[in-house]
Amino acid sequence: MTTRSARRTRRTTRTLQVAGAGVAALLALSACSSSDDTSDSSDAAKSSTSSSPKLSGTVTVFAAASLKESFTALGEQFEKAHPGTEVTFSFGGSDSLAASVTGGAPADVFAAASPKTMAIVTDKGDAATAPSTFVRNQLEIATLPGNPDKIASLKDLTRSGLKVVLCDKTVPCGAAAQKALDASRLKLTPVSYEQDVKSALTKVELKEADAAVVYKTDVKAAGDKVEGVEFPESAQAVNDYPIALLKDAHNTAAAKAFIALVRSPEGQKVLTDAGFLKPAS
Amino acid sequence: MSDPVTPPDISDAPADTLTGGPRRGRGRTPGRMRGGAPLPLLLPALVGLVFLLLPLVALLVRAPWGSLSEQLAKPEVWQALRLSLFSATAATAVSLVLGVPLAWLLARTEFPGRGLVRALVTLPLVLPPVVGGVALLLALGRNGVVGRLLDSWFGITLPFTTAGVVVAEAFVAMPFLVISVEGTLRAADPRYEEAAMTLGASRFTAFRRVTLPLIAPGIAAGSVLAWARALGEFGATITFAGNFPGRTQTMPLAVYLALQNDSDAAIALSLVLLLVSVAVLAGLRDRWMTAAS
Amino acid sequence: MTETDPVTAAPSGKGLDARLVVRRGSFRLDVELSAAPGDVVALLGPNGAGKTTALRALAGLTPLSEGGRLWLDGVRLDRTPPESRPVGVVFQDYLLFPHLSALDNIAFGPRCRGVPKAEARTQAAAWLERMGLAEFAGTRPRRLSGGQAQRVAVARALATRPRLLLLDEPLAALDARTRLDVRAQLRHHLADFEAVAVLVTHDPLDAMVLADRLVVVEDGRVVQEGGPSDIARGPRTDYIAQLVGLNLYRGEAEGHTVRLEAGPAITTTERLDGPVFVAFPPGAVTLHRDRPSGSSARNLWQCRVAGLETHGDQIRVDLTGELPLAADLTTVATAELGLRPGSSVWATVKAAQTHAYPA
Repeated sequence: MTTRSARRTRRTTRTLQVAGAGVAALLALSACSSSDDTSDSSDAAKSSTSSSPKLSGTVTVFAAASLKESFTALGEQFEKAHPGTEVTFSFGGSDSLAASVTGGAPADVFAAASPKTMAIVTDKGDAATAPSTFVRNQLEIATLPGNPDKIASLKDLTRSGLKVVLCDKTVPCGAAAQKALDASRLKLTPVSYEQDVKSALTKVELKEADAAVVYKTDVKAAGDKVEGVEFPESAQAVNDYPIALLKDAHNTAAAKAFIALVRSPEGQKVLTDAGFLKPAS
Repeated sequence: MSDPVTPPDISDAPADTLTGGPRRGRGRTPGRMRGGAPLPLLLPALVGLVFLLLPLVALLVRAPWGSLSEQLAKPEVWQALRLSLFSATAATAVSLVLGVPLAWLLARTEFPGRGLVRALVTLPLVLPPVVGGVALLLALGRNGVVGRLLDSWFGITLPFTTAGVVVAEAFVAMPFLVISVEGTLRAADPRYEEAAMTLGASRFTAFRRVTLPLIAPGIAAGSVLAWARALGEFGATITFAGNFPGRTQTMPLAVYLALQNDSDAAIALSLVLLLVSVAVLAGLRDRWMTAAS
Repeated sequence: MTETDPVTAAPSGKGLDARLVVRRGSFRLDVELSAAPGDVVALLGPNGAGKTTALRALAGLTPLSEGGRLWLDGVRLDRTPPESRPVGVVFQDYLLFPHLSALDNIAFGPRCRGVPKAEARTQAAAWLERMGLAEFAGTRPRRLSGGQAQRVAVARALATRPRLLLLDEPLAALDARTRLDVRAQLRHHLADFEAVAVLVTHDPLDAMVLADRLVVVEDGRVVQEGGPSDIARGPRTDYIAQLVGLNLYRGEAEGHTVRLEAGPAITTTERLDGPVFVAFPPGAVTLHRDRPSGSSARNLWQCRVAGLETHGDQIRVDLTGELPLAADLTTVATAELGLRPGSSVWATVKAAQTHAYPA
């Protein structure tokens, strides 16, 4: 209850903040006074506190759809550690997010599902720091619960009569799947090239398709609605997830702190729990 | 939309002997005013016009004219266009076959809960198309309420097929037709049906030979609306029928996916779709809408 | 055309025998109607009297309520749907199908009743010929004049060879001049028609010219019926009196004197006893500025002018006073008398010009 009301207050003040810098300064003062009451800051938060002890305001994070669950959890953690801050997310396909960023959308942090989509942003010079890989995601086959079709390998997906959906080649999961298929010289004709990984998974969840090639994290997030089948070829197509501070960031200090949290051991734990792999060192 | 069907103006038409020549049919011009429009109307009207046209102009301005021929040379473009035209037309046909009788039922009969049925019919108008697509999956998917039976009895599955595209498009487009035809039916004089009945026509014959021709302009207008809606349909289609080139990838799907990494291709595709729909709509308007009334 | 006693048209016999009962809310229509083949019956009445409802009931477009019955040529039609009744209807505004040519409008009925297309069109062409509209075969209804459309509507109704022809205000939609021609033609067609025709109108002239028998309906019931001349000479309600243009009074007769319920007495030529109606035309009234001394008229009343209006080439004067009445005067006479609303005048009517008949 208390968190909810606190959140509402912050939301109303957020609009005011945009109105003028003076108001923002006032808010920073009030945030400062309340931060004295909190003592349960995480390590990551502490590390960022050292550089910028009085974090406040809103951090806007554009993140790939597959990061939704873990980033939402991290956002809450961040807000708790830095009272007076708010993390707002925009989750979506990495490509459309990249297009929004280069189109001038107000964002502080961009976390993409592939270096290729991150490159769209960096090529335009919209990133303030060089992007760094914070997790990796591996493909997995999602089958119906109990795996009634006895799918054990990528090759099994090419069996005739099996309805398989892939992501469209224009989105990272589709590109990755294609890479894995090419590496193992398999020719797979799916019934559909879905526009993103979530819709591919939905088709299996609704039992319209027998299998889909999606990310491990998605299989994990779907719980028992689908069953995951690992396949060795997925090692050929592991997606690196880069994160970067954006050039037009309005709240650089808080944005930096958030990136630090993502890369901190706590952040990594949340992400690996969701099924992500730690970045290759 | 179109002129409501009016009984022939006999009552107020003086005999030609008196006025020297039979009067022409009710004109459209009397409602049109001469002189300038008042500013409070003119200004928002112009802003509205600009608002609607500006994005289209931008599309033209930013079109990759240099590489356009190269973009359009791709067979995928024509494949998607062909599929779009076919499925939109098929969806319109489905809407006509099912929607016109439905509109008649709503306009001409009394039954308990008619108001509710009418509201439900228009539901797909407000439903986000993606939700419509999910609902269709739940109903007609392989594992859906009815789809399960279709699969086990007839071995028919709709998702991921062109038929599925038609179903998804008809689902979102039919309400436009029903609303349009129902409105025309309400405006049409039901006594023509009675006149036909006194001449020996059954209710169905009266509908077929009298009512149907009378409401033809409304049906045409409704069909065009439905067709246009079906042509632009994206959410329900990609959700219910998926996306596979040549089978279920219609133009809007192709545009959306091209937008992911090749905005030039997307703009080129959009231009083609725009051009084709403008051509078809303009053609139909000239032929049907004006001739019928 | 022989006048047939309506009572003889029994359910088993030829012609129409109907009791049209329709209840709708507080309104109740209850009209007995019978006619022999060849009869033309006019249902005459003010707006809202239920004439059109009666017609719709005959056509089957409005169901009969309990107590109603409908026999035609010995066949019971109460439950027969409209499309199966041998009934033709000419609707008030004709309702010609706007998308069909005149020819196809006429051929529509025969086609629906199973006549092959070519045959139906041949028949329709013959009908157009008979109506003098042969050159309008391909014309759409909206290009027809009112009179032409009316004739097409009549032909369309007759083309199914109905045993009962219903006409709803067949001339109401026409202007005065067309009306004259069309009325004459319609009379001709109705005279030729061998089955029963029922005509609904609020125009007494149409009724009297076209029909053999008038049935006057007021507020859902029959108030008077009879031949046109009977009705015209002896109206029994104020509505009919007004229609046929008579002053009508109700009173108690004692020999040549009729004592009115409220007001003075009228001297008549008929010798009657008991309740009677007295009627005389407005033209029979003479007005005087001063009390006439040497007048032989015994019917003399002092009145006040309530209103004046032109009525044809005459002036109709509405009078109140001892006896409310209408008088028709020439424009010259009106001017000479210097009549204006409020003027006080004396009205006389010769006994010979009154008509008294039992109520």
